[in-house]
Amino acid sequence: MWPDPRVVKFVTDNFIPARVHVKDDSALFQRFGEKYGAQWTPTILELDSSGTERHRIEGFLPNDDFLSQLMLGRAHIAFAEGKWDEAEQRFREIVEKFPDTDAAPEALYWAGVSPYKATHDNASLKATATAFRERYQGTPWAKKASVWG
Amino acid sequence: MPINFRHDVDAVLAEATQQHKPVLLDFSAAPM
Repeated sequence: MWPDPRVVKFVTDNFIPARVHVKDDSALFQRFGEKYGAQWTPTILELDSSGTERHRIEGFLPNDDFLSQLMLGRAHIAFAEGKWDEAEQRFREIVEKFPDTDAAPEALYWAGVSPYKATHDNASLKATATAFRERYQGTPWAKKASVWG
Repeated sequence: MPINFRHDVDAVLAEATQQHKPVLLDFSAAPM
């Protein structure tokens, strides 16, 4: 996961990266493990600037899945900050670049929600429901979007 | 070039607030 140059660039560009090792940083691992409820390795948390957890990745993932999950977490941070345009752009980038990953249907869902949050125009929700009828059927996100149209 | 992970997590969290930048926190058991 970590040696992938795309992952290195994304992490470097978007985060202050920190690591606690179960053996080499045992006291820190215990303290922050308790604080954030991390009970397994690898567990990767994406925290907003106030230290609030916005996304969690537990267990190994292949590179595309891992990078798309990192991007999903970063998009959720933008969403939580009310940066609707940035959040939509980040969510759509996941769908475009990694359409076959588990992150993609979740990203498609939130890409529809983001403009609605900005405008309260439900056109984006209806368009998202339509998009889900063409792809990602059978996912929980398609079920959740089905109520929109 | 590898990711320059820091281990001073308290300082990282403080800097994140000051710089308004997100944090990636990796709980790891990988060989270092």
